[in-house]
Amino acid sequence: MPKDEAGILSEIKKDFILKKLKEGKRGDERLLDQYREISIQTNYVPRSAGSAFVKLGKTKVLAGIKIEAGDPFPDTPNQGVLTTNVELLPMAFPTFEAGPPNEMSIEIARVVDRGIRESRMIDLEGLVIEPGKKVWIVFVDINVLDYDGNLIDACTLSVISALRTSVVPGSTIEGGKDFKLPVRNLPISVTMVKIGNELVCDPDLEEEQMGTTRITVTTTEDGHIRAMQKGEIGSLTLDEIKKAIRLSSDLGKRIREKYFQ
Amino acid sequence: MGTVSSMKLIDENGIRIDGRSKGELRPIKIETDVIERADGSAFIEWGGNKIIVAVYGPREAYPKHTQDIEKAQVKARYNMAAFSVDERKRPGPDRRSMEISKVISEALSSAVMVEQFPRAQIDVYIEVLQADAGTRIAGLTAASVALAAAGVPMRDMVVGCTAGKVDGQIVLDLCKEEDNFGQADLPMAIMARTGEVVLMQMDGDLTMEEFDEATGLIMDATKRINEIQREALAGKYRTLTLSRGGE
Repeated sequence: MPKDEAGILSEIKKDFILKKLKEGKRGDERLLDQYREISIQTNYVPRSAGSAFVKLGKTKVLAGIKIEAGDPFPDTPNQGVLTTNVELLPMAFPTFEAGPPNEMSIEIARVVDRGIRESRMIDLEGLVIEPGKKVWIVFVDINVLDYDGNLIDACTLSVISALRTSVVPGSTIEGGKDFKLPVRNLPISVTMVKIGNELVCDPDLEEEQMGTTRITVTTTEDGHIRAMQKGEIGSLTLDEIKKAIRLSSDLGKRIREKYFQ
Repeated sequence: MGTVSSMKLIDENGIRIDGRSKGELRPIKIETDVIERADGSAFIEWGGNKIIVAVYGPREAYPKHTQDIEKAQVKARYNMAAFSVDERKRPGPDRRSMEISKVISEALSSAVMVEQFPRAQIDVYIEVLQADAGTRIAGLTAASVALAAAGVPMRDMVVGCTAGKVDGQIVLDLCKEEDNFGQADLPMAIMARTGEVVLMQMDGDLTMEEFDEATGLIMDATKRINEIQREALAGKYRTLTLSRGGE
């Protein structure tokens, strides 16, 4: 995790956050399991097959989808292809640099990808043009514009919002017609960090810097776990992981009801 | 998880495709001191996995701007040989191996007493010579032995195991077919004594109850695997005493 220019969170700030936590509150008055305000603007880039600009508190990300005809993977000849990439733009944070993907962006992209893939949100079998020869390839590109914590959840939210509004350009192949990207389930990822002995949901940047360890749990409507990732140095007990799974499932339900009806 | 298949992976009697029962581990063998110039090294055979781990350091972190004035950095590099899998793997790091290197580094950093070595780095090179499912966990388990063999101070040994869902049932230590055609995969590593989880990833489809069952199997298996780790380390010192003879 990158730190601010100074590289350290001031001791006063740390004490303040810890004191608040003892009262069951966060630095910004949120409850431990409270998400920041979410704003979702779909079709932000009409030139793409689907897009969504998401603000999660002050974190801002933009996901754009491009869908092109291409070759299937040899081991899945009768399935479309999904690829996910995250760009940490240098404008988003003082220590972000232009260049090839680094460990941080690869981890985010792969955790987001696993949630989408394992929830079977996209009906990849429905994206075959000619079995074994030609399929639709769904390119998911996420640009991180402003980093104030919890990129994994912000990216997942932007991708699912963009995919739900995506159109496959069927008319670009002979005799074809454009059609809506076939989507089914709705995976929601919830990331938490451990500060002291508490798990706090949707951490902002300061909380991420104070947290000793991180856990992401992605669930679907049926409450099933589809993807998990423990990140950063530090450890979690089994009870803490189970608590994180319950929190993720509850919060996922609330987010689905509030933003995806 | 992998593709859907009509292949039956568990028979009516609960016997798996490679003849194991659901809570049974594949055979595991660990040996230390296999690389001449390394500060510590280990070789693990876990089912069909063959993995060598070598540890260099603690040594001065390089390039200098990467130094942490408070602690050492554990830099694990997980790498698969081109010939380790059925279809040739393009040599060099890819997105998968970079993610695995990151989570392994983080897991080991939790155990190593990094605060004793400011400005240093500890390199852990994990080379997968033959892959047979569960390589990250096998590599991490061997890395922990290699670090101990190098004399790097640690709070605890890191030991791991995988569980998953195959034909709708929770089983321990997935083999290759189960990994390819199963419905869930849960690699996990813990501190041997306290049971605290230092690495966990999951993909597939699990309910809370299935997660409980899977972690139960893993926790139980890690005790057995930790015994093998300790035996490997004890073996190292037994040979050392022997080679010194009547000194």
